[in-house]
Amino acid sequence: MRRRPLAHATFTLGAAITLALVAVAGLSLLYTPADPLTMSITGRLQGPSGGHPFGTDQFGRDILSRVMAGAVTSIAVGVIAVGIGAALGVALGLLSGYVGGWLDETLMRLVDAVQGFPAILSALLFTAVFARLTRGSVLELREREFVVAARALGARDRRLLLRHILPNTLAPLVVQATTSFPVAILAEAALAYLGLGTQPPHPSWGLMLKEAQNFLGMNPWFAVFPGGAIATAVLGLNLLGDGLRDLLDPKTA
Amino acid sequence: MRRYAARRAAALVATLFFVSALVFVVVRILPGDPAALIMGTEGSREASDRLRESMGLNRPLPVQYVEWLARALRGDLGRSIQYDLPVGELIASRLPVTLPLALMAAAFMVVAAVPLGLYAATRHRRAGDYATMILSQIGISVPQFWAGLLLILLFSVTLGWVRSGGFEGWSSGVGAALRSLLLPAIALGLFQAAVLVRATRSAVLDVLREDYVRTARAKGLSELRVVGRHTLRNALIPIVTVAGIQLGQLLAGAIVLESVFALPGLGRLALGAITARDLPVVQGVALFIASTIVVINFAVDLVYTVLDPRIRYE
Repeated sequence: MRRRPLAHATFTLGAAITLALVAVAGLSLLYTPADPLTMSITGRLQGPSGGHPFGTDQFGRDILSRVMAGAVTSIAVGVIAVGIGAALGVALGLLSGYVGGWLDETLMRLVDAVQGFPAILSALLFTAVFARLTRGSVLELREREFVVAARALGARDRRLLLRHILPNTLAPLVVQATTSFPVAILAEAALAYLGLGTQPPHPSWGLMLKEAQNFLGMNPWFAVFPGGAIATAVLGLNLLGDGLRDLLDPKTA
Repeated sequence: MRRYAARRAAALVATLFFVSALVFVVVRILPGDPAALIMGTEGSREASDRLRESMGLNRPLPVQYVEWLARALRGDLGRSIQYDLPVGELIASRLPVTLPLALMAAAFMVVAAVPLGLYAATRHRRAGDYATMILSQIGISVPQFWAGLLLILLFSVTLGWVRSGGFEGWSSGVGAALRSLLLPAIALGLFQAAVLVRATRSAVLDVLREDYVRTARAKGLSELRVVGRHTLRNALIPIVTVAGIQLGQLLAGAIVLESVFALPGLGRLALGAITARDLPVVQGVALFIASTIVVINFAVDLVYTVLDPRIRYE
């Protein structure tokens, strides 16, 4: 068990960053140093200063406040994408692994097809990942003694699946959910950057980077802080996922 | 082996079929009516109805799908609304940007990641290992387009060494073309390199625990020989697998990087087409990229069995 301290360090650091992210998002709903949408003609594209610790954007809006408010967007997108993906994927995986046969074969080809799409279609992609993962666990669990015993005792399919099989697949699913979250945040940022996601003036980290690109020469800090926010959030969630994997799922560690 | 390949090929065909159906459905979900868009505000209702009919947009979706698929199978992806050119031709014209970009990123990924992963594994649980792992953790967390922006900030805005973005084409010289693809390729490959470092490290660590490595060491072989000959060769299988799968992801990632560096590749073609509701182009590019990724994954699966004859399939 020499791995424990490092595993815990990873987990602790990841959990701390993630908690800070959630706290910032929560705080931004109640308080930001300035209104994220209020413009100021005279205070455009300023570097960091006492009044604006992260500087201002091309409309004179306070970048710190916008970065804080952007956390809400990222978390919301992550929760929705991972939520849809996990719910659909787990249901499909349970069905696929338990029923087997042609249904399994068809669903798995569909999953292969979805995995050909970039992470930008997050919810769709996560469905595939969760389906495959759940199916694998179900295939393994279906033949285990406690399931066979429960079946011999007369348990129905529904009960077998929900009471005996599903709870035993939870650990890898929790790890998968944690590692999917940063993928969703990255995808939202990339989409917003391309102009296909969050629309202005709503604050989103990806969108801020798109705007910042036009002013790299005038205010480089504009491009640094929103990107740093994305990287920090993703780093925290990745570390949390790695830590959870070590703690919950010794098989894959 | 042959039966396995045949079964995998059948699965590949089924998967490609689903890919085409998914592309078709996803593209239909996009809001906006292409006929209304072409006609603009000037066109009368009757005129746009006529146009919709001539474009086949008023027919039932399953019929549209079957017709599109039948033509796509013959290599005809339809005609772009925006450019009035065959979609296949448009895709082919953008490949000389996207393909080299993805390949350069892949080369950067392998050259950076494999030695680093090997180094980390041989320094297992020592400072070098931890430093490499922290580095790769950071690499995984930085979005590719932000890495691109930072590279522009450093090398063109601050240092003024290279022009940021743009691409003059291969006709203006191979050197110049490669130079303009260099920064985007590094930004694109950084994330994948960080992933590959970890895959390489864990693959090498697995092999280092094998009995034949202990035997080789016991025989008194130099560490260089043990790692270079006995370890790396056997660790290559999982490394090649991961690298192969990542090649597909690089192709998809190129879409975003082309926007950062204003490169006229497939991604910018698709992005422009989405904005203009040029459905045949969106459909064609999406089908092309998704199918390519699925085919690459299939090829990786086959290569896997060739590399490691010990693997048996029922």
